[in-house]
Amino acid sequence: MTTLLIADGAATPHALTAALALGAEVHVLELPPNAIAEAWAEPIAALAGYDAIVAPATSTGKNLLPRLAALLDVMLISDVVEVLAPDIFKRPTYAGSAIETVQSADARRIVTVRASAFPPTSLAGVTTITLSPADTTLSRLVSEDAQISDRPELGSAKIVVSGGRAFGSKETFDALLGPLAAKLDAAIGASRAAVDAGYAANDLQVGQTGKIVAPDLYIAIGISGAIQHLAGMKSSKLIVAINSDPQAPIFSIADYGLVGDLFALVPELTSKL
Amino acid sequence: MKIVVAVKRVVDANFRVRVKSDGSGVELDNVKMAMNPFDEIAVEEAIRLREAGIASEIVVASIGPAKAEDTLRQALAMGADRAILVVHDGKADSLGVAKTLAAIARSEAPDLVLLGKQAIDDDTNATGQMLAALLGRGQATFASRIAVADGKATVTREVDGGLQTLELELPAVVTTDLRLNTPRFTALPNIIKARSKPLAKTTPAELGVDLAPRLTTLRVEEPAARPPGIVVGSVDELLAKLRDARVLP
Repeated sequence: MTTLLIADGAATPHALTAALALGAEVHVLELPPNAIAEAWAEPIAALAGYDAIVAPATSTGKNLLPRLAALLDVMLISDVVEVLAPDIFKRPTYAGSAIETVQSADARRIVTVRASAFPPTSLAGVTTITLSPADTTLSRLVSEDAQISDRPELGSAKIVVSGGRAFGSKETFDALLGPLAAKLDAAIGASRAAVDAGYAANDLQVGQTGKIVAPDLYIAIGISGAIQHLAGMKSSKLIVAINSDPQAPIFSIADYGLVGDLFALVPELTSKL
Repeated sequence: MKIVVAVKRVVDANFRVRVKSDGSGVELDNVKMAMNPFDEIAVEEAIRLREAGIASEIVVASIGPAKAEDTLRQALAMGADRAILVVHDGKADSLGVAKTLAAIARSEAPDLVLLGKQAIDDDTNATGQMLAALLGRGQATFASRIAVADGKATVTREVDGGLQTLELELPAVVTTDLRLNTPRFTALPNIIKARSKPLAKTTPAELGVDLAPRLTTLRVEEPAARPPGIVVGSVDELLAKLRDARVLP
């Protein structure tokens, strides 16, 4: 049993843990950031000898592995949170409201894994392989616009502070959350409402359709806690909610709740750290 | 140019589903169903491309039970021209759906196929990518901007860490992200007009595809419940609790 792990940045050591659960031997293939699916799917599909191909469920993994799976006539098993056997997996559905256990009938398994659900394993000593992309005229990279941040990466940060619509403006969002995140060495996240209102960049959205995070500490500030947001953070080890509405759904999953005005509480919290 | 849009009938996004006590699945009886929100965005984008004089015909397709006709009628009311319903009761996974859509794409020969990036029921995020592979076409997933000109589509994608812009050779497959557009509401006259728009019904067998799922669901369970939390009275009390829990120094 040999498993191929397609590496992608900070999520790779976590995905390696899942890959090792699938097969004792793991080979690692490193792709360029945001690799073009059309150029990589065919050469990877042509590789022989792998019973399983695994990638973290990052934007690259989610883009590439379904294309690869279809080329191999295999159904993708996506966003796996637990490996029960090399062909049996747990995965969340309905925005995390249900966890399904699925068994694959395919000869090979193509799997994306939720990095935050697996502890990291060191990549030291793991065999790496190299591969060249195929030439393609189907698609061409025009430009990339990276959001530069001096904060830790959202997907792998130990502490995440997230803001919602209640901040009222981008200026307030940055002015209140920035210093708090700096004190905690935390990544900054946001609800969909905060992203739609322009307070935070799209790739900071935590939720069913954004990033799925599970840090040691998640502090939700001014976030009501819609199902779609909870789907992205409810596996966090400790959840703190700061909200002026004591009836907000976020309090139903928070370990510690603080009811009050974020404009007073966040500066106080920052100053006392 | 011609656009095919794939739409799925799913549980309404605002409804919190319950897992059946026998672990066989989720409770779907008497639950409000709606068009998958990402698919609404795909339909809206197709209509905007026609309003911009780029698209000439919009065909919507769905695979599912007879009731999925309601979802297709909604797309027709939004402005699609005609619909294809592949009637299929029971489960189908993304690979089967992609094969069905590939069969439709081969006979309709669209210049662009638009899909949502994921369905909010199975949360798989695979059908568009699989369809592009089966057709041997380019793909742009998680699109937040689409421009079409000179036989090419220029698509800006939402990726981890920022945005990426690709140029695709048409025909191509594009999947929509949340921020591509805001879907329009359908006015009553359009809903009435949609009732008389053409809706063709077919079956997987007629299209020559096998929808038998490759994944067997062994069990469905509730996620682990979190222990009940407490409300603290002050920032000092909160900090003391977090230090006790050793998440803060």
